[in-house]
Amino acid sequence: MVTKNRKKRKAFVNEDDCVACGCCMKVCPLSAIEVWKGIAAKVNMDKCVGCGKCAKECPGSVIDIREVAI
Amino acid sequence: MKKHWYDYLWAASLTYLILGFFNILFAWLGLLCFFIPLIISIVSGSKGYCNRYCGRGQLFGLLGGRFGLSRKKDIPKWMKTKWFRYGFLAFFLLMFFQMLWNTWLVFAGTRTLKQAVTLLWTFRLPWHWAYHGTLLHPGVAQFAFGFYSVMLTSTVLGLLTMLLFKPRSWCVYCPMGTMTQLICKAKNK
Repeated sequence: MVTKNRKKRKAFVNEDDCVACGCCMKVCPLSAIEVWKGIAAKVNMDKCVGCGKCAKECPGSVIDIREVAI
Repeated sequence: MKKHWYDYLWAASLTYLILGFFNILFAWLGLLCFFIPLIISIVSGSKGYCNRYCGRGQLFGLLGGRFGLSRKKDIPKWMKTKWFRYGFLAFFLLMFFQMLWNTWLVFAGTRTLKQAVTLLWTFRLPWHWAYHGTLLHPGVAQFAFGFYSVMLTSTVLGLLTMLLFKPRSWCVYCPMGTMTQLICKAKNK
């Protein structure tokens, strides 16, 4: 069987710079991001499809969309 | 996405700012924006206020987003640093206590009521049209003028960074946001 190296786009939060405002949470169409204990946003990697809406919305621009191998 | 009642709190924030032009005593209502976020963070250890109920954030989001009044550029790096955020919080608190001190002086009778709103901690704007006397002590009105100054100043700063950067850039350095995040960090360690 041939295994392919597939890549998917996911959102990554720079938690040190995150202010936990929750703007990302409001725009996520899949509810894949939430503010964890009022400290920083956390991405649910199973749900995230890397659409980039959160990254665009984030007032501090602390979210990156990166390609990850799965 | 389904809208909730709290998605319309931007209207409350806007109404608050407008009311201050007619009767300064409405400025007292702004204390809600101080106490509710603090209570939520202390009781539930979350930033529920920022995440859901902040009408000011919604207002910036609406003006900068739907109304397109934002360049939607990245905020400068230094504005995201802890130095700046904590520094701004400290400065904001210092100015807040100075305002409380001035209020106290009016209560104590050593100073008379100044019917003015101070914008950006510097510019004194005449605001006498919004004062129609009070049955209570003039100090009550002095606090209203002072508190409205705080609210108007932060709105102006928020609008400025909304225009220059992203709609809700204010959230990055909002003193209440910084304070509630610190409380959450302390609580959830």
